[in-house]
Amino acid sequence: MDFSLTEEQTMLQDSVSKFIDNDYDFEKRQSIAESTKGYSEEFWQTFAELGWTSVPFAEDDGGFGGGPLEIMLMMEQFGRGLVVEPFLANIILVGGVLRRLANAEQKEQWLNGIIDGSKQGALAFTEAQGRYTLSDIITTAKADGDNFVLNGSKAVVLNGGRADFLIIPARSSGKQRDEDGITLFIVDAKSAGISRSAYQTVDAHQAAEITLNDVRVPAANILGELGKAYPTIDAVIDEATLAASAEAVGIMQTLLLKTLEYSKSRVQFGVPISSFQALQHRMVDMLMGCEQSKSLLLWATMANADGSTEAKQAISAMKYLIGTTGRKVGQEAVQIHGGMGVSWEMDVAHYFKRLTAIELLFGNADFHLDKYAANI
Amino acid sequence: MNVNFSEEELAFERDVKAFFKDKYPDDIRQKQDRGINLEKEDMVRWQKILNDQGWAAVNWPVEYGGTGWTPVQKYIFANESAANNAPAVVPFGMKMVAPIIYTFGNEQQKQRFLPDILASNVWWAQGYSEPGAGSDLASLKMRADRDGNEYILNGTKTWTTLGHLAEWIFCLVRTSSDVQRRQEGISFVLVDMATPGVTVRPIITIEGEREVNEVHFENVRIPVENLVGEEGKGWTYGKVLLQHERTNIAGVANSKYRLGKLKERTSKNIHGATPLLEDHAFRRKVGALEIEIKALEYTELRTLAAVAVGKAPGPESSILKVKGTELQQALDELFMEAAGYYALPFVRDQYRLDFPTDDKIGYSTETRSALRYFNNRKASIYGGSNEIQKNIVAKHVLGL
Repeated sequence: MDFSLTEEQTMLQDSVSKFIDNDYDFEKRQSIAESTKGYSEEFWQTFAELGWTSVPFAEDDGGFGGGPLEIMLMMEQFGRGLVVEPFLANIILVGGVLRRLANAEQKEQWLNGIIDGSKQGALAFTEAQGRYTLSDIITTAKADGDNFVLNGSKAVVLNGGRADFLIIPARSSGKQRDEDGITLFIVDAKSAGISRSAYQTVDAHQAAEITLNDVRVPAANILGELGKAYPTIDAVIDEATLAASAEAVGIMQTLLLKTLEYSKSRVQFGVPISSFQALQHRMVDMLMGCEQSKSLLLWATMANADGSTEAKQAISAMKYLIGTTGRKVGQEAVQIHGGMGVSWEMDVAHYFKRLTAIELLFGNADFHLDKYAANI
Repeated sequence: MNVNFSEEELAFERDVKAFFKDKYPDDIRQKQDRGINLEKEDMVRWQKILNDQGWAAVNWPVEYGGTGWTPVQKYIFANESAANNAPAVVPFGMKMVAPIIYTFGNEQQKQRFLPDILASNVWWAQGYSEPGAGSDLASLKMRADRDGNEYILNGTKTWTTLGHLAEWIFCLVRTSSDVQRRQEGISFVLVDMATPGVTVRPIITIEGEREVNEVHFENVRIPVENLVGEEGKGWTYGKVLLQHERTNIAGVANSKYRLGKLKERTSKNIHGATPLLEDHAFRRKVGALEIEIKALEYTELRTLAAVAVGKAPGPESSILKVKGTELQQALDELFMEAAGYYALPFVRDQYRLDFPTDDKIGYSTETRSALRYFNNRKASIYGGSNEIQKNIVAKHVLGL
């Protein structure tokens, strides 16, 4: 058991951290978030040039050969900087599927563009009726000669509106919640029969509602085996849960620091409000929440990296704790900032919103507590 | 970073498991598992077995008889000890006064006191709190007036855990009132409790047992060589000690063990009832608590790892104390809830060996549950109340 970082890991962490400090202040972030694209293509290219978009991919595929630990270190920093660039959607979700299932041709066609930053993708894993149950899929895929015909709709697809291509889980056999019978199709987002309605989300990221109306997809566009996609989707969502949680921990720590700073400078009744015990103890509670969350982030990330049998329990434990303590930390940060905390111009308000969004992604606290408790 | 034990760590774990299997006395195991109070003799016997193995003083420096273990080894040992439900070391000598003596004491004091602590020959008690000085410890009034080569002690210490079984007591006393800050003029002295003028009176705690005492000092004369370190510097030493104490009272390994027991008990259909763990609401509470305990386990490991490359535990140890005691108390609540009606019987003799495991009364884990719950409200009060811990963290960690 070991908590130390390798030299390479420290360098990666430093490189992201430096970018946040030098190039990504809050004002910059806001201007990017309010732009039409909602992210900076220039910075996305920088991410690619610095090798960040290649981190989780195998060296044979042109990647860096990193794993959950490297992703954790980067995501914590992205959280600190409140980065809106779609790393989670492209690299973790889409990249996670492609590096597991894509064959050589498919990698050539789709993965290379993800790694070099020239293409945007989206994994359309959510349906409105399914809430957090990954196997709950009613979008259908019917064989028709060498093609499949897809019909259905996908809800709140992260990065879905601006994606060049989509990965779509559809039911090729079985019943609504069966794990068996789910197939992944990769399609150009502009294919006939796909309509997308894109919008910004509360955390300044982007998503889309996607409708599939007789979308014809060649069988060659199936990723992996027909009907056997569930374990991959499940594993990728585990990784995404870890990545988003690392981002959440970075946000929580930043909220604590900003709240400490603010409370020391804000004077009321002739003294800094940091001198009030009622607030001091609450900031200590925030610290304890941050530390406990960080601890489970480390446990879950290491367990997943080591392929431990505990990994799934650890991930649910982590997501539950980060969901519950993250909500407290976020609310307290806003509360202690007073009126400023609920102002659009203040960074804490936007950290709070992103933290809240992460709470709702990939299963909320209740969902993961049930999952965890089922296996105690 | 990785979560698995190395080959060396796995080998160590095997050694520790074998040790508990071979050397942990069966009679003590039975008492512990049935929730029967141990006698002093039991605790001393177990400490001596640990000492023969060289494992009594987990945290001491090697030169004084410590283990020299890595944080992971300490973690492994704590977990095995808890998994066997072995009695925890009585902390006052081993974990509290010894670090002060080997850190601030002189050579003669080290030679005189440390070996007997290591071998559990002498039992110590802690003399910090006073009737008028609880959370505001620096307001303590007990005096030590210099008279030639002696100090004359007058005053009262309270909440003295196991004071009725201890032979020596370490005290914070006021050696000077002519100071600018109240924290100055406090000294750290060692007192043989057999000295004339020392009286120990019991305080019965909420659950009806004698665990703590009030200790009175009336013109008690001690030699000046019983002063540790410099006169007037006791507050500084005491603070260091409290930080050691706080990491000790997180009790994560023990909480893990108790949670396992809770799950085991509530998985059974006691008295023909449906197992409580199948109740969705209760199961979620157990799950949530297990998650918090796991988080604290890793927080403690991270703290230990930091200590291993750095220094004595700092104010961060306060976090472990606050969170650790909150979780202990949450466990107490769940045990009591699980017992239901059988938390109600107040049968004093159930602590003794021959109390029957009668179905009408239930097993000791159930009928003790409410008493344990009441008693352990102390956990968030002792060692500096959790509110005081938060003050410490606010000031020294957050800089508020």
